[in-house]
Amino acid sequence: MADIIATNETILVVGGGISGMTAALEAAEFGKQVILVEKSPSVGGRVGKLYKYFPKMCHPTCGMEINQRRLKMNPNLRLLTMTEVSSVEGEEGNYSVTLKTAPRYVNENCTACGACGDAVEAEFDNEHNYNLNKRKGAYLPSAMAHPQRYVLDPAIIGTPDATKAKEACKFDAIDLEMQEQETTLTVGAIIWATGWQPYDAAKIQPYGYDRIQNVITSVEFERMADPHGPTGGKLLRPSDNAEAKNVAFIQCAGSRDRNHLKHCSRICCMASLKQTHYVEDAYGDEGKSTIYYIDIRAIDRIDDFHQKVKANPNVTFTKSKVARIDENKGNGNPILRGVDTEGYHRYDNEHDLVVLAVGMEPSVSDFPVKVAVNENGYIEQDESNGGIFAAGCSTDALDVNRAVQSATASALRAIQVVNRVAGSEG
Amino acid sequence: MASDAINYYRNNFLKEVEANVEEGAWVKMCMQCGVCAGSCPLGNAWEHTPQKIFMMIRAGKRDEVLSSDAMWMCTSCYNCIARCPRELPITHIMHGLANYAHRLGLAPKNQPTRKFATMFWNNLTKKGRVNELKLGIALYFMNGLVNGIKVAIKAMPLGMSMMKTKRLSPMEILGGHGIKDTSGFHAILKKAREIEDAKMKKFD
Repeated sequence: MADIIATNETILVVGGGISGMTAALEAAEFGKQVILVEKSPSVGGRVGKLYKYFPKMCHPTCGMEINQRRLKMNPNLRLLTMTEVSSVEGEEGNYSVTLKTAPRYVNENCTACGACGDAVEAEFDNEHNYNLNKRKGAYLPSAMAHPQRYVLDPAIIGTPDATKAKEACKFDAIDLEMQEQETTLTVGAIIWATGWQPYDAAKIQPYGYDRIQNVITSVEFERMADPHGPTGGKLLRPSDNAEAKNVAFIQCAGSRDRNHLKHCSRICCMASLKQTHYVEDAYGDEGKSTIYYIDIRAIDRIDDFHQKVKANPNVTFTKSKVARIDENKGNGNPILRGVDTEGYHRYDNEHDLVVLAVGMEPSVSDFPVKVAVNENGYIEQDESNGGIFAAGCSTDALDVNRAVQSATASALRAIQVVNRVAGSEG
Repeated sequence: MASDAINYYRNNFLKEVEANVEEGAWVKMCMQCGVCAGSCPLGNAWEHTPQKIFMMIRAGKRDEVLSSDAMWMCTSCYNCIARCPRELPITHIMHGLANYAHRLGLAPKNQPTRKFATMFWNNLTKKGRVNELKLGIALYFMNGLVNGIKVAIKAMPLGMSMMKTKRLSPMEILGGHGIKDTSGFHAILKKAREIEDAKMKKFD
């Protein structure tokens, strides 16, 4: 780490998801020195775990690859993975930041050949697939991970698996002696792009996410649809791996609910509308989707997408917030119970699989520096934040399009700070 | 013709509910998601679920709402309050509506919950203490003499053991126990009713 050069004209970006990458790239391509830190072993964040984007239904891997390429080519940008910010002191134009970097146990020699992964035996929950399947103790976080370099799970260090991994490596890339490193840097401005996490669906007690196997979340469904996902792109329900041809989507699972998240998470309506395409793509006219909703919030131009889905005879819309879910013990089908608002009809509907369109909550609740947050935990734009700005889903529940706009805006604010520093130093 | 339409659609029933019904000001906060209706364990037994009642209030269906038996069917399980995404005090609103309908004399005449509630209130306010014996007998015979005898025979062992443990006295039939200052108690209730009546706003 000794080779990191940072001054009070440097911009620190925290979080390597779509927003952090965008903010970092915008500032670096403008000519500023940027350090991008990411807690996990590779960049990409939540967007890297999506199968397709709405409304164009293209693959995020494409846009991600462009960003990764920009990132690799830019000499102004320095990426530090497996790194977290542990403390921030100082003021606008002059922050002292302490970073902690966890050991990867794999150095730059790695060619991602995979020999270490083949050699080790221990398996762990696969974070990239929301723990729906397992990965090895020596692993590449995802197919398009950047940096394209393996990681050893800290749990195998000191076990025979670690030695096996080291012995299997032909490039001397495994260094079992790596330690956690602490680095202190000076920077002029900071951009928080720590993003969001899915609301814990188990807290929505009546929906039985913790008790009924065939109740899953929208982010898990997204991984299922992905050919690189745990089911190889097949929509199979967890209880018996049967094809899920009759899928229910429950909107506002955690959002717009004062018992859970007070705010509207904005993306979930479009996410479910998008996911009805996955069902139809997999099973054609046999694939039926039902969307249970309070009201569909697909605003401005994305309402065209909504109208097209609405016209699809394989998709049914039921205006009702589902009251509770029980399980049919005979076949494992979830039974949705409630009353619809268009006629007040009571229903007990069985489906093969239920997808909860879970809400977004900020992934960080305890920032290492004082920043103004609103009642939902998102960072407010506030003068008291000084040279600290927020980008993307650290500021609000946003879709990718708006997150990227927000990131560009935050890069511009940070650039203004370091320009002032440069100006005062002449 | 025009005045008929205005009459039909005049929508001051929501304002009336807000003014005169306990917790009535919450009714406008309902977003019609339907969770209360689906969560009510007795929901399929009544004509109008809370969700529907709230919409009927907003639609100005005064007679249908106040003569509905729905509010009287609520068992106060609080499932709806626990789940309402907007934290409406639904149970309390339902009881408030029932009470309001009762005061206006519009509540369904032979609704058993209303009958028993009236019976309980009259029993309690007489002497300031509940007369268990009289209340029990009145409850048994609420649905006629023959049914009352059947119920009373069935409940005899319970009555006997209550007498044994001195939870019930046969002497209560002679008037029963009460509080010290009954007339003071009645004065308090009268004053409270006056205050409540003065608060009630007129809507026409």
